[in-house]
Amino acid sequence: MARSVTTQRKTFNTFLAWVIGLLIFFPILWTVLTSFKSEAQAIADPPVWFFFDWTLENYRVVQERSNYSRFLWNSIIIAGGSTVLGMFIAIPAAWSMAFVPSRQTKNILLWMLSTKMLPAVGVLYPIYLIFIQMGLLDTRVGLTIVLMLINLPIMVWMLYTYFKEIPGEILEAARMDGAGLRQEILYVLTPMAIPGIASTMLLNIILAWNEAFWTLNLTAARAAPLTAFIASYSSPEGLFYAKLSAASTMAIAPILILGWFSQKQLVRGLTFGAVK
Amino acid sequence: MRLGKSLVASTAIALVAASGAFAQTLTIATVNNGDMIRMQGLSGEFTAQTGIELEWVILEENILRQRVTQDIATSGGQFDIMTIGMYEAPIWAERDWLVSLDGLPDDYDIDDILPAMRAGLSFEGSLYAAPFYGESSMVMYRTDLMEAAGMEMPEEPTWDDIAAAAAAMTDRDNNINGICLRGRAGWGENMAFITTVANSFGARWFDEDWNAQLDSPEWLEAVTFYNDLLQNYGPPGAANNGFNENLTLFQQGRCGMWIDATVAASFVTNPNDSTVADSVGFALAPNRDGLDKRANWLWAWALAIPAGTQQEEAAMEFINWATSKDYLELVAEREGWANVPPGSRTSLYENPEYAQVPFADMTLRSINAADPNNPTVDPVPYVGIQFVAIPEWAGIGTSAGQEFSAMVAGQLTPEQALERAQALVTDEMEAAGY
Repeated sequence: MARSVTTQRKTFNTFLAWVIGLLIFFPILWTVLTSFKSEAQAIADPPVWFFFDWTLENYRVVQERSNYSRFLWNSIIIAGGSTVLGMFIAIPAAWSMAFVPSRQTKNILLWMLSTKMLPAVGVLYPIYLIFIQMGLLDTRVGLTIVLMLINLPIMVWMLYTYFKEIPGEILEAARMDGAGLRQEILYVLTPMAIPGIASTMLLNIILAWNEAFWTLNLTAARAAPLTAFIASYSSPEGLFYAKLSAASTMAIAPILILGWFSQKQLVRGLTFGAVK
Repeated sequence: MRLGKSLVASTAIALVAASGAFAQTLTIATVNNGDMIRMQGLSGEFTAQTGIELEWVILEENILRQRVTQDIATSGGQFDIMTIGMYEAPIWAERDWLVSLDGLPDDYDIDDILPAMRAGLSFEGSLYAAPFYGESSMVMYRTDLMEAAGMEMPEEPTWDDIAAAAAAMTDRDNNINGICLRGRAGWGENMAFITTVANSFGARWFDEDWNAQLDSPEWLEAVTFYNDLLQNYGPPGAANNGFNENLTLFQQGRCGMWIDATVAASFVTNPNDSTVADSVGFALAPNRDGLDKRANWLWAWALAIPAGTQQEEAAMEFINWATSKDYLELVAEREGWANVPPGSRTSLYENPEYAQVPFADMTLRSINAADPNNPTVDPVPYVGIQFVAIPEWAGIGTSAGQEFSAMVAGQLTPEQALERAQALVTDEMEAAGY
């Protein structure tokens, strides 16, 4: 009897998981479907689902009008660069907070997180003016630094929780064997925390890839990433949904593929703390 | 040896710098409208003629407005040419943010620009933004539905005609709404339309001493009329509808009438997108019986040069190319007369070939019926028809727009919406020192 309840519950849970999964995935599916429709089909009411004249016209128009590869390259540099740069700062910071905490560590962690509570637009003008002064407007370097800074609190927090799981005694043993600080972090801590580091990096690449406030405000032509590419397909006068969907599909495809291949690490990293 | 190496390096740097100086590149910020995209497509001709390369930054209208305002107010210098509207041009010119276009050559023929457009884009007699295309608003209606109802739309309808036609064409069973109008909040959304209705009912935003006038009986009459039209004959959810939503509804045959921008004419008559392309008629925007102001607006998307650009001369050259008579002919030659950017030059409307385009005449008449310097029945201290050309407008227009949108959604009565709008406009204007 007990067994049948378990099976029922299992079935129910699986069903629920599928429903939730499909609900979350639906906007992406709809975007992809719309990208293969004509503009008239895209706004048809009642909506058309799968049976329409599939067309690649929107992709052709988008390819013709925009230099996709340049936007893509900028996205790769900015998302990748800000993550790598952030790791150089976040790993030592998380190390010191996890293994040599002071009385202020908790406060510093909270304070770091509090910077995420301020709406970004609140600091837009100061940062914009600083960027003008330093000649960083519309440069990949400038954007990399800003995205690294806004994601840094999350990186430090994530790494801090992973590092806390690692017994301090192991590091102590390494020190006893004569390892210096650099060797301790590089050869002992980092290899043990690889899953955590990998998932932190992945999450940050995704966050930086999708970031649309700073990337739109601090770029013009040269450093504009894929978010600006999508924004250029919205129109105040005229139909644009199909072309916008094609542009969106092209913009999310790389990160979706990356997410697909690394989902194991991502899930493991994200649930690392929860299953201990 | 070391000296030799550094000599080679510095020569290389100098060469790279010099080649950079020769290959001039202009950065142009613009919106994703059909005419602009066509310009981008044809701009290879300009580069071939002049050797000047172009970088395009195409953004959604609201983002564009925010980006170019931010850039120009902080002298960011990211753009050499900006696409701005009739609202920004006089305000920015007054602040010395724009380069005057007096330097355009004689053969540009500045006098050929439609007088209403030139007036709206000038400050103290100088043109500061060259109109790329211009628009007014007009009535678009379904000729088949009007015929079925046994009615005829006059070329110059009154609001009473519109209300009667809306009532006759509404057919809820078949999902046909008598009239579709803007309801979504925003100074360039519902407030553009509501302000033109108010103008035609004899209302005004401010008296000559900048006192808010939304508590006047004319405003109440105008807003009540607008609200009744939408409640009785409008589509469900009208409070969220902007240009594109109404365009969609009209193209799908769900609207008997639609009063909006003249550029919509080319969309609703395009058989590829519109199911009603063959049965669309046009009429001037309405007036109220006994008053001569019509509810049509005036807008232009125009190209301007921000002060402080390092490439003023090249930017001027591009504007000269993109807004010239030759450009109109280039578009006509490549893509047909119906695709020529409308509403900027008198000579276009004198062209017999362009006169064949079905909506050409009504567009010109609508533009000519608009006078941004005298937008209302009673005198006002401001310029602008569907907006008030003061920096505070974007804020007050949008806040007031939210009240009127709430009214269309059924949350407020016209009296309540006006009372709230009057209060917030008065506060804003007092805070701004008027």
